[in-house]
Amino acid sequence: MYETYKSVNENPCNMCMPLGGIIAFRGIEKSMVLLHGSQGCATYMRRHIAEHYHEPIDVASSSLNEKGTVYGGEKNLIKALDNVIRVYNPNCIGILTTCLAETIGEDIDRIKSEYKTSRNISIPIITAPTPGYGGTHSEGFVKTSYRIVEELSTDKERHDRINVIVPNISTADLREIKRLLELMKIPYILFPDYSDTLDSPFNFPYKKIPDGGTKISDIMSMGGSIATIEIGINYEETPGKYLQDRFDVPLYKVPIPIGLRNTDAFLKLLKEITGNPIPKSIEMERGRLIDGMIDSHKYNFVGRCTIFGDPEMVYSVFTTCMENGIHPLLIATGSKTQKLKELIASEDNPLNDDITIVDETDFSHILKLSEEKEVNIAIGPSDGKYLTEKGGIPLVRLGFPILDRVGGQRILSVGYTGTLNLLDRITNTLLENKYKTYRKDMYEKYYKVI
Amino acid sequence: MELRLDIPEREKFIKMKGKHHKKEFICNTDSVAGSVSQRACVYSGARVVLNPIEDAVHLVHGPIGCASYTWDIRGSLSSGSELFRNSFSSDLKESDVIFGGEEKLSKCIDEIYEKYKPKLIFVYSTCIAGVIGDDIKAVCKESSKKYNIYVVPVESSGFVGNKAAGYKAACNSLLDLIKEFPVLKKEPLSINYMGDFNLAGEAWIIKGYLNQMGLKVNTIFTGDSNFESLKKATASSLNIVQCAGSMTYLAKKFEETFDIPYMKVSFLGIEDTSNSLRKIAAFFNDKDVMLKTEKLIEEKTKMAKPIIEKYKRYLKGKKAAIFVGGGFKAISLIKQFRELGIDVVVIGTQNGQKDEYEKIEEIADYGTVILDDANPSELEKFMVEKGADILAGGVKERFLSYKMGIAFIDHNHDRKHPLSGYEGAINFAEEVYTTACSPVWKYVKDGVNKCV
Repeated sequence: MYETYKSVNENPCNMCMPLGGIIAFRGIEKSMVLLHGSQGCATYMRRHIAEHYHEPIDVASSSLNEKGTVYGGEKNLIKALDNVIRVYNPNCIGILTTCLAETIGEDIDRIKSEYKTSRNISIPIITAPTPGYGGTHSEGFVKTSYRIVEELSTDKERHDRINVIVPNISTADLREIKRLLELMKIPYILFPDYSDTLDSPFNFPYKKIPDGGTKISDIMSMGGSIATIEIGINYEETPGKYLQDRFDVPLYKVPIPIGLRNTDAFLKLLKEITGNPIPKSIEMERGRLIDGMIDSHKYNFVGRCTIFGDPEMVYSVFTTCMENGIHPLLIATGSKTQKLKELIASEDNPLNDDITIVDETDFSHILKLSEEKEVNIAIGPSDGKYLTEKGGIPLVRLGFPILDRVGGQRILSVGYTGTLNLLDRITNTLLENKYKTYRKDMYEKYYKVI
Repeated sequence: MELRLDIPEREKFIKMKGKHHKKEFICNTDSVAGSVSQRACVYSGARVVLNPIEDAVHLVHGPIGCASYTWDIRGSLSSGSELFRNSFSSDLKESDVIFGGEEKLSKCIDEIYEKYKPKLIFVYSTCIAGVIGDDIKAVCKESSKKYNIYVVPVESSGFVGNKAAGYKAACNSLLDLIKEFPVLKKEPLSINYMGDFNLAGEAWIIKGYLNQMGLKVNTIFTGDSNFESLKKATASSLNIVQCAGSMTYLAKKFEETFDIPYMKVSFLGIEDTSNSLRKIAAFFNDKDVMLKTEKLIEEKTKMAKPIIEKYKRYLKGKKAAIFVGGGFKAISLIKQFRELGIDVVVIGTQNGQKDEYEKIEEIADYGTVILDDANPSELEKFMVEKGADILAGGVKERFLSYKMGIAFIDHNHDRKHPLSGYEGAINFAEEVYTTACSPVWKYVKDGVNKCV
């Protein structure tokens, strides 16, 4: 284990809370988000999210100026709400705060309540405090999901569906989870479901708010579900926890189902909760994954890996590497997480002699450690291109954000099929790198020496 | 056609060429709350201007997001150091917001100095730094003294205006820095090139032209510039300004402070490039320079014209919409589209100035919609109503355009091909052809996504 404390962050490995909140809100049907703060926050987050998803991302801002900052931003926020309703006619509005709004102490809940009464508005307006200095985008996603469920889930009438609550994973991953649930004939409420809203099909005419998202009526009835399966490992205060505390909905937590073991755990849990059998077709997918793992196991053994990104993603990629004989030497995340460290330390693992875990870190540190450990492959979002540019370490792009390639939003990694897809990408990156230089390497190593 | 909008307040920001509106056209003011403006903040304006200074450290004093979203924000190329491609942040956390972040900022500078020994550090103020009242100036001054380097504060708190205020903040920081050096004796045939950020080598293309004309380029603000080149700026006889929005202010200050005159130029499109080069040569009133300039224009035009004519055959009669940052760029783009036989039907900018909008109205066709600080909903409305086939804009506009089945030209910070000069004019024509004549539109123009 290796820890250094420094003040300066050199090349950030994370983004800020409201960004995660925007993505969570996109998982509600016909919703629109408004950031209470200065204009730039909305613009930059829109750009970041748009470049990853290759979709228009409309996010309003209360456009706080100097006056609003000094005397309070209430007027701006009210005007912004009026205009959002006029232009977008949403079924739900999310208000996220930024650093600025939090620091000047805006009471958005009061403003919201008064606004709803004075305008006689019945659609839900959900507030979430997401100061940029309060945590990373990953925490913003969970916190906002929590606020949405807390606000909307009021109905405890029992029904036969299960809640599946997801972290920030790809749109293809969301669709894969739905496919697996449908193959197992399990009625479900997936939340937040941005698989269509952030990866919408081409169609005329253009819609300002794309179709898709978890229905508000479904979120309302999450308190009456048979159980909640919460995907992700990192957080205590989660929407699933809320549903358990408030409505006694049994809560089960599983890692993101990437990798054989994690996917097994996910499906086993589904089977246990519902009694539904795992169909043959899914077992065949599992068999194909194992077949693929055998095909590539020798190639993978040379892999010396840095894994970085959101903690829950990092954990599942870590276990997948372990299953395949790839040596994870550096595990890094911009978030603060004790849980990840504990989970990784608890793995019984013969390869585990030199694993370093760093949280709240940045890319300059990740590069330095990766070079020290002579890492030969990195897995994570595309800002890791820094490791390739500066350190010559090839990068397998995975997670959020992927800004420098097309298709980053629809990379499939969950389930047996997704895992095989990820594994192939990792193995092929290792092979490509090996074949790139092996003639030269052998010449240098054996011919020249003789 | 009606200019009615969902947000009535926005109607003041929109006009149509040929229609006499009683109401005054408004620009360069605060965005309407909730209108989904495409504008950024003061900090971002300052960052994009200063970022290409390649051996400088760019340290953002604020919470992490500000530095995350602007890491390597421009595709600027460098012939020297790559230090500028990093993004440093004091990463303010909740406790810093409560107790103040000056001490942390000071430590950050210490750590940066120890690791990189830079000669120049820019320290950007963000919303939070401004609100909690950290005295960035004092910290910079102290660190400058401690290490005998230049630590320059940039007053760019996000909420004190829009991107244009950030440009001004950046120019003030540049001016403060340059004032620290001795004023040099003017070299007769030398020039500073302002408002080019060397995206995909654009500043190199123009520098090449100026050199061929017999002129020496002292300093480029700020594409491929560095600490040493900034020192040489006062030795120039003329400042030329390409990106008017960001750099006219600095040029004016140079005139006041160092008695160096300036002129606005544009190197977008053959017409503007040739005119600008002639204007520059005329300023120096030197026979040799003028001769060389004409020779350059002739050679380059001969090279570019036929290629552009070839594309024009396919593009004639198409309609374009423009939504870019500054008014001056929009004006050049109108001309550039015309060189390709394309009519511009919608023109919007994020931060255009009054005089620029007057010029736009003057040269636009009858019926063209002109709008300031447009939002996606308005862009969509007017592109549909005016039947635009192509949109020129930035990243956020790209996906709106594509979702509407409309071709798109990238005029953003991180494009990977130059659009300046004759080479750029060819690239532009090629890009317009590539997108407007792509076979993909065949499958979407009939309107619906259906298998049979």
